[in-house]
Amino acid sequence: MDNLLSIITFLPLVAALILAFFLRGDDAAAQRNAKWLALIATSATFLVSLFLLVDFDPANPGFQFVEEREWILGLTYKLGVDGISILFVLLTTFLMPLVIASAWEVTHRVKEYMIAFLVLESLMIGVFVALDLVLFYLFFEAGLIPMFLIIGIWGGKERIYASFKFFLYTFLGSVLMLVAMIAMFVDAGTTDIPTLLNHQFGSETFSVLGIQIVGGLQTLLWLAFFASFAVKMPMWPVHTWLPDAHVQAPTAGSVVLAAILLKMGGYGFLRFSLPMFPVASDLLAPLVLWLSAIAIVYASLVALAQSDMKKLIAYSSVAHMGFVTAGIFTVNQQGLDGAIFQMISHGFISGALFLCVGVIYDRMHTREIDAYGGLVNRMPAYALVFMLFTMANVGLPGTSGFVGEFLTLMGMFQANTWVAAVAATGVILSAAYALWLYRRVVFGDLIKESLRSITDMSLRERAIFAPLVVMTILLGVYPSLVTDIIGPSVEALIQTYDTALLEADASRFAANGE
Amino acid sequence: MTSADISAVLPEILLSAYAMAALLFGVYTTKDKAAPMLVWVTSGAFVLVGLMVGFAGGGTDVAFGGMFIDDAFSRFSKVMILFSAAAVLLMSEGYMARRGILRFEYPVLVTLSVVGMMVMVSAGDLIALYMGLELQSLALYVIASIRRDSARSTEAGLKYFILGALSSGMLLYGASLTYGFAGTTTFAGILGVSTAGEIPLGLLFGLVFLITGLAFKVSAVPFHMWTPDVYEGAPTPVTAFLATAPKVAAMALFARVVFDAFGGVVNDWQQIVAVLSVLSMFLGGVAAIGQTNIKRLMAYSSIAHMGYALMGLAAGTAFGVQAMLIYMAIYVTMSVGTFAFILSMEKDGQPVTDIASLNMYSKKNPTQAMAMLVLLFSLAGVPPFLGFFAKYYVILAAVQADLVWLAVLAVIASVIGAFYYLRIVFFMYFGEEREGLDGGGSPILWGMLVVSAAIMVVGIVNLFGIEGSAAAAAATLVD
Repeated sequence: MDNLLSIITFLPLVAALILAFFLRGDDAAAQRNAKWLALIATSATFLVSLFLLVDFDPANPGFQFVEEREWILGLTYKLGVDGISILFVLLTTFLMPLVIASAWEVTHRVKEYMIAFLVLESLMIGVFVALDLVLFYLFFEAGLIPMFLIIGIWGGKERIYASFKFFLYTFLGSVLMLVAMIAMFVDAGTTDIPTLLNHQFGSETFSVLGIQIVGGLQTLLWLAFFASFAVKMPMWPVHTWLPDAHVQAPTAGSVVLAAILLKMGGYGFLRFSLPMFPVASDLLAPLVLWLSAIAIVYASLVALAQSDMKKLIAYSSVAHMGFVTAGIFTVNQQGLDGAIFQMISHGFISGALFLCVGVIYDRMHTREIDAYGGLVNRMPAYALVFMLFTMANVGLPGTSGFVGEFLTLMGMFQANTWVAAVAATGVILSAAYALWLYRRVVFGDLIKESLRSITDMSLRERAIFAPLVVMTILLGVYPSLVTDIIGPSVEALIQTYDTALLEADASRFAANGE
Repeated sequence: MTSADISAVLPEILLSAYAMAALLFGVYTTKDKAAPMLVWVTSGAFVLVGLMVGFAGGGTDVAFGGMFIDDAFSRFSKVMILFSAAAVLLMSEGYMARRGILRFEYPVLVTLSVVGMMVMVSAGDLIALYMGLELQSLALYVIASIRRDSARSTEAGLKYFILGALSSGMLLYGASLTYGFAGTTTFAGILGVSTAGEIPLGLLFGLVFLITGLAFKVSAVPFHMWTPDVYEGAPTPVTAFLATAPKVAAMALFARVVFDAFGGVVNDWQQIVAVLSVLSMFLGGVAAIGQTNIKRLMAYSSIAHMGYALMGLAAGTAFGVQAMLIYMAIYVTMSVGTFAFILSMEKDGQPVTDIASLNMYSKKNPTQAMAMLVLLFSLAGVPPFLGFFAKYYVILAAVQADLVWLAVLAVIASVIGAFYYLRIVFFMYFGEEREGLDGGGSPILWGMLVVSAAIMVVGIVNLFGIEGSAAAAAATLVD
């Protein structure tokens, strides 16, 4: 099967087209069919994607399962995965059936809802497998459309504001990346990512409008990409769209947003910023490290003050993404391994936390923390699951959250001890807000009248959480599952990064010597 | 005058003869009763001539001593003009018949203005340029006010006429200056005057006035003032026509003048075109935000789109012209679909243009709403739709020509522009449920809408192969 990646990428899209064209009516039967078809399609995609894991050769740091076809204007339709991207593909295909299942009780325009998620899945997978700049951009940006609709149509009260902010904020972030991509095309003559990875973009200092630009072309390109990925990530101070989008999005939308869409930023840093602009990355790494440290502490403090559960978890996401960006820009094995691990693990944990909020939101229709309390009395199973993911969010050893935070902190310590020290306080703060949230929602006496008749999780809900629980603990006790796959690719990445830096230094010396 | 000259201009002769015949037929037979039939026949004639031009084969024919040029560039533009005019004519039939403004002169006038456009894109001489331009403009002034008993329609026609005459005046002034300093009216002769990238100062003035006149016709800022009023006042089918074929013709003429006549002094006009482009993109984007009338909104949207197309021209390269042609082809396709949708907006038999009336449109007409959604995102330039590739081409052309600042401003303007397209989506999908539009719309309109949306999606596979012919067309213009 030499077009396995195309199959995985477009299977959900095909299902969406079938839904769009062949499913008529909006009665109960049609809604049920839509949901089942979506569930089957996403599950089938997951099963097919397992073939990737089976045939993947972790020892090979290059791209595998490569497909290439001619496209317009010298662009190519080129797909492939390496040790870094394969896990994101699997994360996406793994989570999507759970997302669909979590939306089972939706009754408003079910067919369109399912189509939106199926299209979104195709686009998200496309981002991680695209090996052509413009193809990547295509998938990266197109994902905004279904998400815009998901927030706008099925969101909460302030959905209009949130959806516009989400769209325009991220669109503005990425258009500069488009110009940078075109500049790269003009400079290198190709949009092929594997070729560009070995292309040396100019790093000689020049001046624009009288401003000296150290690192030259690389710095400008790096900044353009940074604008896009930092917004997507999101990094402080451009994170403000995230809490709004999260709070207003329906549960399933929040899960996708937190678990997968945010990872595109981190993936972009790993795929483009580090290997293609090493000189600029080296130059600007301190900036990213400090922004990350600020994000960790600031977002954790803001999370402490939230009264809305979803908003609290959204800020905790910002803090955890801070570990990821810091880990990436340490550019050492621990930091990068940790950052990728943290992204995967955050995919499970934050997804699960939003699902936890969704469980009680479906019953009480409020996300105010004050509206709850003492849930453990009526919902023991829920309390258990929620506790597990709270602990994972805090980074308790034995859960996957610990491994990611530990590795990134270790990487940071080697790169910049002060940043590591500041970031470490974020770990304490995260324990504070997470445990406090848990106490206010789950513990205490059940004194609120409205909660007297609340029911524990249904079988469907338990079934959704089961795989997430398994993955969180499995990765926590056996992290090699992930690190074995990403190891060689990360090693190769660091190696090319270091050689490129040395070469740039050497050429600068040569230039000065003349 | 040889037979070779005649064969080069045969499509124009055929269409002119057809226009005369149709006029006679209309006058001597049933007058307005024959109008629906004439509309169909005229559309058919456009498509036939379009095919004839499209399959005419390669090569460049220069006829009438350089007055008229039949090359790949003019053929590409003519095919766009003819096909879009045919589509818009078909869409207007039902709408105009129901409002009693479907006169038999309408298809005749459209034919004449199309002939004018074809002469424009083939012009090789300032005289031919002016003849073509005036033929198309005069016909357009009349059809803009075809709803004789409506104050708005006549106002639109008058406004269009006065400002159009002003722009023609400027153009003529530029042409006379050019003639005076170059000693010739043929483009080839004017091109010969420039030596080593320098032209006499007087010729430079001529160039500036010519560009001003042309900027009026493509409605580039700051010469755009007539556009929103005329778009709003003219009957919607006429607006649809104004937004498509004449724009292509004017843009192609623009390219022809700056490259064929002033190709030796690219640096002199490049900065003017770049400034026109930036202003159009930003004003088009910002001014559209406050609009509630969808026709006015589309007017500003078309101003912004002309800005992007001009960006390709500003690059001053063959690739830039190719990008501009592709941009125009995609823009015209999107406009046809969008106007098909606008034509179908009605309530109690009356046309509606308020975008708030689209409230929860998606609930009643999910297919149409979905098609419109695709078109809107495509107009905004969001991938994966074809509109994104249009922008991609022009931005690439600008970056290749070292106009990175222009590319950066263009993408920022596209974010501003995205807002007002999203606002329409917001009304169609997110609004509260209120009394909305009637079902309205004929199968032709729905067909146009869905087909153009489908093109936006399917086209990303290979752009339907127009890339190659656009490249060939651009190559004939820029050596």
